[in-house]
Amino acid sequence: MSSGVRGVIVCHAGLAASLVEAVNQISGLGDVLVPVSNEGCDRDLLRDRIAEALGPDPAVVFVDLPTGSCMMAALRELKGAHDASIVTGVNLPMLLEFVFHRDGTPDEAAGRARAAGTEAIRVS
Amino acid sequence: MAVALYRIDDRLIHGQVVISWGQFLGVRLVILVDDGVMEAQWEQDLYRTAMPPGMDVIFAGTEDACSKLPAWEADPRRAVVLTGDVPTMAELARHNPTLVKEVNLGGIHHRPGRTKRLPYLYLTEDELSQLQSLQKSGVRVVAQDVPSAGRKDLKALA
Repeated sequence: MSSGVRGVIVCHAGLAASLVEAVNQISGLGDVLVPVSNEGCDRDLLRDRIAEALGPDPAVVFVDLPTGSCMMAALRELKGAHDASIVTGVNLPMLLEFVFHRDGTPDEAAGRARAAGTEAIRVS
Repeated sequence: MAVALYRIDDRLIHGQVVISWGQFLGVRLVILVDDGVMEAQWEQDLYRTAMPPGMDVIFAGTEDACSKLPAWEADPRRAVVLTGDVPTMAELARHNPTLVKEVNLGGIHHRPGRTKRLPYLYLTEDELSQLQSLQKSGVRVVAQDVPSAGRKDLKALA
């Protein structure tokens, strides 16, 4: 994995792994993202999975829903000393922005990802 | 009746509760009965941030909830009473036998000592026994994680 802010994706069912696969297909940089599923987890086990995926490095955690178990588990884990930011409503454009621009702080990387993800939502 | 669902779910407040059941039942109030969360203000703050617009949350310890359940039943808002484990829900039902008529098993996940009953439901023999006692006392015990899923009676899970 190349240097820079770590990316962890926490989603329901198999969504995180599928997003990583899609990022890899487009960019070849899927290995900078760690997928975490909430499948079969109570809140403590999910928190453990997130902690393991985070490791000690600065990170951005992408979650699917702003009201779901993934978000809650991430918030519980990041209540500790982790240098990390959370972005909700994960989508492919924000992940592509992130994997190409992981420099700076987690807050900076999260802000860029959020902007790219929001900008990509259009109605034609 | 204000309480539309009595649910056991070890993920506590999450998408299935506030989105799926919330929309299906028109829920406006979630009552989370959990002694651990009751003692952790920071965790209560987290759960408050997770509530969708128009839906309130009340936190309560087990003992407090046993006495306040009649008042919550009289609240005009449609509510979900949520516990994270079987003993807490059993205690609520024991103190309020005329109010708790059905318990929804929404999610109890794997831990050592538990046996898989459904993909989202693992129970120890003791938990199963407590639920069977509830059923014998007249409370219907049904497993159903989301509204669109089939309802499975406890007898089918033993």
